[in-house]
Amino acid sequence: MVKNISNLGDTAVYCDFGSEVNETINASVIDYFHHISKLIKNKKIEGITNLTPSYNKLIISFDLTITNYKKIKNFIEGLTINRDIKNNNQKIKIPVCCDDEYGLDFSRLTEKLNIDKDKILELYFSKEYFCYMTGFIAGMPFLGDLNENIRCDRLETPRLKMPKGSVGITEQFANIYTFESPGGWNIIGNTPKKIFDDKNLDQPALVNPGDKVSFYQITKEDYLNWNE
Amino acid sequence: MNKAYFEILRAGVNTTIQDKGRNHLHHVGIAVSGAIDQRNYTLSNRLVENQLNEPVVEFAYQGPLLKLKNGKINFAISGDIFFKIIRKNLEVEDGECYKSYILDEEDQIDIISTKNSTYGYLAVNGGFDLKKTWGSYSINTKANIGPNDGKKYSLNDKIFIKKIDIKSPINKKINYDYSTDNIIRIIKGTNFDYFSKDAIDKFFNEDFLITNLVDRMGIRLKGPKLENIENTNIKSEGLVRGVIQVPADGNPIIMLSDHGTVGGYPKIGVVIAADLDLVGQLTPGTKINFKEVSLEEAQNIFKAYTEDTNKYLNECN
Repeated sequence: MVKNISNLGDTAVYCDFGSEVNETINASVIDYFHHISKLIKNKKIEGITNLTPSYNKLIISFDLTITNYKKIKNFIEGLTINRDIKNNNQKIKIPVCCDDEYGLDFSRLTEKLNIDKDKILELYFSKEYFCYMTGFIAGMPFLGDLNENIRCDRLETPRLKMPKGSVGITEQFANIYTFESPGGWNIIGNTPKKIFDDKNLDQPALVNPGDKVSFYQITKEDYLNWNE
Repeated sequence: MNKAYFEILRAGVNTTIQDKGRNHLHHVGIAVSGAIDQRNYTLSNRLVENQLNEPVVEFAYQGPLLKLKNGKINFAISGDIFFKIIRKNLEVEDGECYKSYILDEEDQIDIISTKNSTYGYLAVNGGFDLKKTWGSYSINTKANIGPNDGKKYSLNDKIFIKKIDIKSPINKKINYDYSTDNIIRIIKGTNFDYFSKDAIDKFFNEDFLITNLVDRMGIRLKGPKLENIENTNIKSEGLVRGVIQVPADGNPIIMLSDHGTVGGYPKIGVVIAADLDLVGQLTPGTKINFKEVSLEEAQNIFKAYTEDTNKYLNECN
């Protein structure tokens, strides 16, 4: 449930679901997101331009020439959201090559975490992850939760150019850089798989909130010969 | 019939196609994009009698040098721009912004530079012959979405124009007062309370400099360090255009049209909708001040902004 609603500037509503990061709170954010999306599609509400769900917040942007904060706030407060029992979420498997030329930060990680590369990989590949949200750059999934022994802070100085396909970890989360971009996550490998496809207009992102993701390791040869 | 197009003889610093932007995709990480200065974008379309949501060419600082092929068009440029028209016979005319012109086959438009601003807009009557992606023509160079494979234009690229017969030339003009203001009005952000009293005093009373780190994603400012007494990292959450984030180094960043859809730095404030055009046009080296307004004031200021835009649109003839 939404704990508090406030305004983010004059063109957005800030729905706060709590400060913790867990699947229960996130599921509630996603339920609101799906419910409001449907109402927008069915033209039950005017003027909303974007919904931005994250771990525990939902930002609703609107067009100030059509509506305003008060109207959207009243609308949100009047909603009855049922737990989305229809589970459209997918299980997705993603290949990763962790050779040193792709896993850019193993020396940093082994030093900071005080465990060796093999152990990091074992802990990383043995879990299934939950997709809390996608964003920052197009299609980038924010996945959790990592095994506690491989949680590490962001890089002190972010890279200006993170290679496309980079698979990163930071704190309790894992992600994938869908495009070359600046970024500060610790990189443990690279995936040849297309995570964002702008030709797929219905569902451009391979991983969507609520999906379960697992990774498997591939050799450099598999990586270079990857064909979709 | 051969298609009409602009041949790009010089690409300029950052030449793209923009419109009102691309909505309903924030949840997959796709920014709204769209023209940085929405009012000038709209006015450029009106000057050539287009629908107000037609895509136009947006350029930054030094603009493109364009040669028209296979056609005759009306065009107009809005913004604070220094440009020339080079006729086929090599006669050169000084261009005037907010005024429609005829361009003949083989004539050139040389957009030399913006003056006291960053962006300008070139609209052609009938619009450009481009494809929409997810309801918008805007080029998003960060995710490579939109016309020209989502990339900014380069030398020798072509921008196709919808060919229409010009029966009589369009002769329109707007008396636009291109004034700038260094006071940016904001509403308190959702993490306003994370900052010390001293930081808040400084935020509202001292100058902030626009650094060289400015693009369509955002503007990095330099000023007094804004001390955060709560937490310099928050769990990533949604952003909107105009949000002012303050990372650990204490220097604010203002989000513009191509901003990341989520971010993890505390939000000290949000620029009001009516001042977003102004903020987007700020050039490196400019000093600005922030002023707080209430939500209600912001809504009234936005009403006045919209009325002002409509006044210019109605005056255009």
